[in-house]
Amino acid sequence: MDDKKEPKMEDPRFKIANREAIIGVALVVFNFLWWYGFAYGLGSGPVEEYSYILGLPAWFFYSCVLGLAVMIILVIIIVKGFLKEVSFEDDWGQKK
Amino acid sequence: MNTPVLMSLLIFIVLIFIIGFWSSRQMSRRQGSFLHEYFLGSRELGGFILAMTMVATYGSASSFLGGPGAAYTQGLGWVLLAMSQVATGYFVLLILGKKFAIMARKYDAVTLIDFLKKRYESKAVVLISAASIIIFLFSAMAAQWVGGAYLIESLTGLTYTSALFIFAVAVLIYVIIGGFRAVVVTDTVQGVVMFFGTIIILIGTIIAGGGITNIMNDLVAENPNLVTPFGHDGGLTPAYVSSFWILVGVGVVALPQVAVRAMSYKNAKAMHRALIVGTIVVGVIMLGMHLIGVFARPILPGLEVADQVMPLITMEVLPPWLAGIVLAAPLAAIMSTVDSLLLLVSSAVVKDVYINYIKPEATEKQVKRASFSVTAVLGVLVFALALSPPDLLIWLNLFAFGGLEAAFIWPLIFGLYWQRGNKWGALASMITGVTSYIIIHQFFPNPLGMHSVVLPILISFASYIIAVLLTDKHERQIAV
Repeated sequence: MDDKKEPKMEDPRFKIANREAIIGVALVVFNFLWWYGFAYGLGSGPVEEYSYILGLPAWFFYSCVLGLAVMIILVIIIVKGFLKEVSFEDDWGQKK
Repeated sequence: MNTPVLMSLLIFIVLIFIIGFWSSRQMSRRQGSFLHEYFLGSRELGGFILAMTMVATYGSASSFLGGPGAAYTQGLGWVLLAMSQVATGYFVLLILGKKFAIMARKYDAVTLIDFLKKRYESKAVVLISAASIIIFLFSAMAAQWVGGAYLIESLTGLTYTSALFIFAVAVLIYVIIGGFRAVVVTDTVQGVVMFFGTIIILIGTIIAGGGITNIMNDLVAENPNLVTPFGHDGGLTPAYVSSFWILVGVGVVALPQVAVRAMSYKNAKAMHRALIVGTIVVGVIMLGMHLIGVFARPILPGLEVADQVMPLITMEVLPPWLAGIVLAAPLAAIMSTVDSLLLLVSSAVVKDVYINYIKPEATEKQVKRASFSVTAVLGVLVFALALSPPDLLIWLNLFAFGGLEAAFIWPLIFGLYWQRGNKWGALASMITGVTSYIIIHQFFPNPLGMHSVVLPILISFASYIIAVLLTDKHERQIAV
């Protein structure tokens, strides 16, 4: 995103914003794969062969219950470790 | 119906009024512009409130009544489907994110349409957007009123008309007095009630069913399909269930009532906090509420109207006084959804059409009067419609969300992240998106086994890019 042809200078905050949007897409792709993989990977067999965890079918436990816990932890890690604080006001970067 | 239930409902509504008055006093003390304050709460939302207001807005009647009802019928497969909504907890804020917050401030935008107007500088874009919002959200809102009235009716034993009247008066007084800030503050109260209510009912249901293992055994004994991912008759295919990631997961970014919240927070810290709180709250509510629907099946077998499962199981497993408090939650969900939809439709009329094109020189006082009267008129209209909902309205409501997503998702996303994106792309994408959605929804529902919303979103994506590539050179020459 560093094309120099644009007459206006690219706002440095947008670089951060773009990066965070990509993180959002990556998170949702991961979430989907986890959800889909466990649900249909473990849940497609006959019901008699299901194993159960905490009383719930294993596919459901891994896909939905554990999946939710994993997503919550991931979001916390990303927020604490990867998101940057920026000011939303227009005078960003200029000394007042 | 028993008195404790009524008492806590009453207390809840009174509480809402108190918050409304308090918020409006805050508003009159503030010096800032009326428009900003009434429709946006002056961009001052903190993280916790931001998360809760997004959850409460999104968690409408469908997720508190319809969702558990479907889970009751379909079994765990529907809970799996519902879990696609967890993505909304983090996706909306990360995607729109800081860029939207910065741009909205730069453009001084108060609504989604403001943003599109400044970004594309096109009258046609504004008018099509306003029309989509007014038509789609108006009908979505009327259906919520019907839901709210049904709930009051089933709790109090009043007739439908009186129930609707009570509901309408409460909502209207509230919205007219308080504006956006009042709506968000109560959203927060309601979000909290929903969150803890879900947990309490879930625990109560598990105990009443004799433990999870016991419940699962009962379900397998009744119909083994209930514990598979494929629904009670094997009809939930992976393609269909997965396509809900578009409709109720990532597509939610484009809903105007959600997007407006993504421009109303105070600072980056608030957004970060909202990401965490939002993901936890949405996740727990979605998982919990739909599980309740499934778990209730052995306890309350053979319900005729599956949508009643939530109120019925609550009164079944909890002591009456607690049931009353907890049942305030679905009512809360419906009310806050209606509140914010009402606000949005009136902002589309007042801000986007009236100020933009009818009376640009309107004074603060005129704007204020217009906002109040439009909100009131809309409320009365919705009430009239909800009295005997016409078929068209129900039809419209069914695809209101999909239609809004097809209309707004690419103009919004490309508007933010693709500098070359222009008004031709936005127009092409909105027109093809909405048209193809209506055609597919009406004549070829669920093509390729996916929900009707999927193809229109792809079509509008392609239209945007093609239109931009075709007009890009021309637009740049004008710009230079």
